[in-house]
Amino acid sequence: MNSSRRAAVLGGIRIPFARQNGPYAQASNQDMLTATLDGLVEKFGLQGEVLGEVAAGAVLKHSRDFNLTRECVLGSRLAPETPAYDLQQACGTGLETTITVGAKVALGQIEAGIAGGVDTTSDAPLALNEDLREVLLEAYRAKSNAARLKALARIRPQHIVPEMPRNAEPRTGLSMGEHTAIMAREWGVGRAEQDELAVESHHKLAAAYDTGWLDDLVMPYLGQERDQNLRPDTSVEKLGKLKPVFGGPDGTMTAGNSTPLSDGASAVLIASEEWAKERGIAPQAFLVDAETAAVDYVHKREGLLMAPAYAVPRLLARHGLSLQDFDFYEIHEAFAAQVLCTLRAWEDPVFCRERLGLEEPLGAIDRAKLNVHGGSLAAGHPFAATGGRIVATLAKELHEQGSGRGLISICAAGGMGVTAIMEAA
Amino acid sequence: MADRYQQLINTPIGRIVSKQIGLPAPVELERYRPGQPVISGPVLLGAAPGSTLAGAVARVLAAVGAQVHTPLREEARQAAADAGLDAPIFNPEVASEGDRFKALVFDASGISDSQQLRAAYEFFHPTIRRVLSSGRVIVLGRPPRMAESAAAAVAQRALEGLTRSIGKEVRRGATAQLIQVEPGAEDQLESTLRFFLSPRSAYVSGQVVRVGRPVARWEGVDWNQPLNGRVALVTGASRGIGAAIAEVLARDGAHVVGLDVPGQRDALAEVIGRLGGSQLTVDITEENAPQEIAAHLLEHHSGVDVVVHNAGVTRDKTLGRMSAEQWDLVLDINLIAPQRINQELFARQALRDNGRIVCVSSISGIAGNAGQTNYATSKAGIIGIVEAHADAAAERGVTLNAVAPGFIETQMTAAMPIATREAGRRMNSLQQGGLPVDVAETIAWYANPGSAGINGQVTRVCGQSLIGA
Repeated sequence: MNSSRRAAVLGGIRIPFARQNGPYAQASNQDMLTATLDGLVEKFGLQGEVLGEVAAGAVLKHSRDFNLTRECVLGSRLAPETPAYDLQQACGTGLETTITVGAKVALGQIEAGIAGGVDTTSDAPLALNEDLREVLLEAYRAKSNAARLKALARIRPQHIVPEMPRNAEPRTGLSMGEHTAIMAREWGVGRAEQDELAVESHHKLAAAYDTGWLDDLVMPYLGQERDQNLRPDTSVEKLGKLKPVFGGPDGTMTAGNSTPLSDGASAVLIASEEWAKERGIAPQAFLVDAETAAVDYVHKREGLLMAPAYAVPRLLARHGLSLQDFDFYEIHEAFAAQVLCTLRAWEDPVFCRERLGLEEPLGAIDRAKLNVHGGSLAAGHPFAATGGRIVATLAKELHEQGSGRGLISICAAGGMGVTAIMEAA
Repeated sequence: MADRYQQLINTPIGRIVSKQIGLPAPVELERYRPGQPVISGPVLLGAAPGSTLAGAVARVLAAVGAQVHTPLREEARQAAADAGLDAPIFNPEVASEGDRFKALVFDASGISDSQQLRAAYEFFHPTIRRVLSSGRVIVLGRPPRMAESAAAAVAQRALEGLTRSIGKEVRRGATAQLIQVEPGAEDQLESTLRFFLSPRSAYVSGQVVRVGRPVARWEGVDWNQPLNGRVALVTGASRGIGAAIAEVLARDGAHVVGLDVPGQRDALAEVIGRLGGSQLTVDITEENAPQEIAAHLLEHHSGVDVVVHNAGVTRDKTLGRMSAEQWDLVLDINLIAPQRINQELFARQALRDNGRIVCVSSISGIAGNAGQTNYATSKAGIIGIVEAHADAAAERGVTLNAVAPGFIETQMTAAMPIATREAGRRMNSLQQGGLPVDVAETIAWYANPGSAGINGQVTRVCGQSLIGA
């Protein structure tokens, strides 16, 4: 098993993304992912199929969901004999599952598989108060009733306050937004350009819905037909009125140019060409290669979300490509500032020389090719579901064009960045 | 070293009072101490579109280990990258209040017509109030007379007004200079940039310096001991500014030959003894003094590298009351002796390759001064020496320059009447008098082997005095 073959993306589907405590407030990760898997089953006629595997994950997960994806498979119309596992790499989860399933297909370990991701910030995994947890564990370990009672006597009223998941980097204590505000300042990214990027994202996504382009990529769920965060009529003027939420009172980042906490799920079908051919499914795109980078944002003070800026040049070098050799750029818009910092870094002689070791800057991209059907700023960003949304979108874009190449770049917590190249099938 | 007014104004009460009634508030200037970095804070490097000096500037900034930032402009970013500087971007639009710079360096060489001067406004407008105490503003341009077009010459000349005004606007001990670099002399910039960025140039402001092609080849300067292995003659070395010059040149590694009149033998011995130099007691107005000096230098040191004509006297009287002796003495010592000594040193080929002659002029020589017709004549004549002989000196591989001190705190100024003294001290951009070491540091910059491209110039060490400006 030393030869490799091409892994084809056959297509994907997702449920509309909703804002935190919106229409999906009562839906669990398992509910949403199961529904999405069934959507994919429906789309490709996979009822009762045994697939090589289903890989998916969630960033925010209940401890009871230790086998989340497998449980979803069991609840879906896929054959119960389909194995599954959870994979978690912060916001890179959805793309990382695609890379992993794709790699197994390429190596011939499996013929077909599903990659996906889901997240809910509404049905959040509240944990036992940490002090209470210690007390209870101590009582549990106690050898005698007296010792057990002694331990339990330490329970206090304040122990009712649960442990909430926090959107903060454990090693810096700063939220992702605060980290990005630092990056924005370092890279001199202004308010207006961030708002402009956000407005474009909304307008492009709205157009994609209006023209029916998303009809086979988004399935209705719990009465929701479009992404709840989408504001088709937003404008630079409207966004300009918002107050900064990160970076202090003179910050440039607002709720309008940052992604909101969201709920949603996505899934993508990946297979060998032979498997697809047998079933009469036309591949949309091939996974060419992927690269994940991480930066030291703790000691070397690199920007938390700058890792994609490092990953992409390595990919390009491996394939002898320039940054301009792409027809589509799908860059995850965690924050407008993250996208702008990344693009600026690639154009910057200092960054490219000192940090990337390149003689020449990678240069500018044609912005008309960036997130042509909208991005996370408009759609929302249920962490692990974003990768699947992007892979499915790019595969369709490439398929429609009939030729060409696309680049995916997704930044992730912990100073990581997951990137990939896809080519039209 | 703060004068008494400075001490008073820098007390808590003094600060309140001076602010209320708008008194000048001079700060204590940072001065160089051996071992100190060239510049102790962040440097912002900007460039007008089409500028061509930023690369050379960035290389020097990298060499001195400066922490460099640049605006989001292609020329500056590329220059920083090429110099290996991992320079953060500075965007005033999103910068926080607390972002401050020790130096603003702006390459204006690309400005080729007057509309393009707007680039200088755009660089300085959001940054000029971000200059730290004892900060530095340096504008780089091209000599107008070498400009490619009349329009470029006009625009480059206009930069003088900009820098001189910035010198008057920046407060708290900051200085501003314009450095004009001749085409092809980009690699001669280092000693000059190092000097003007560092605390060595504490009392020099509002100057226009021209960096030209080198008079001699040089390489590999040890920037901590630039004068290592070089012999420097300093006239009038027994006290005041002369003693400071001897000390600074010795600190920079030179063997100093201190010269003074026989009557100053003991004071000279004390200064020179401390520095490990050698001494020569001669009355420079004597007929055979030049021969004696040249012979001494050739015999004991097989020549000389740096000659500093510092010896000078005043004999103040209004012209109508001045005796012929007073006139003659001042002219003989201050102007005629340096000319005769130079002539002899050149004739005997006593000045080694990449040698230096530095004369001490005065702002009195530029502005004139009531009661000092003799002195001002002699000091203006010094500028004449520079103008008349610099080209010929260059042909022999020697640079010939002058410093023009303003109000320098010495025994001489301490003896002035208080009103005159206070006026002299405060009527400059730094609102204080300079110190002898400030003159000495400027001479050490000329003396540096890397300053081979600095020739025929008069640099004022006057805190940008209003007098003679």
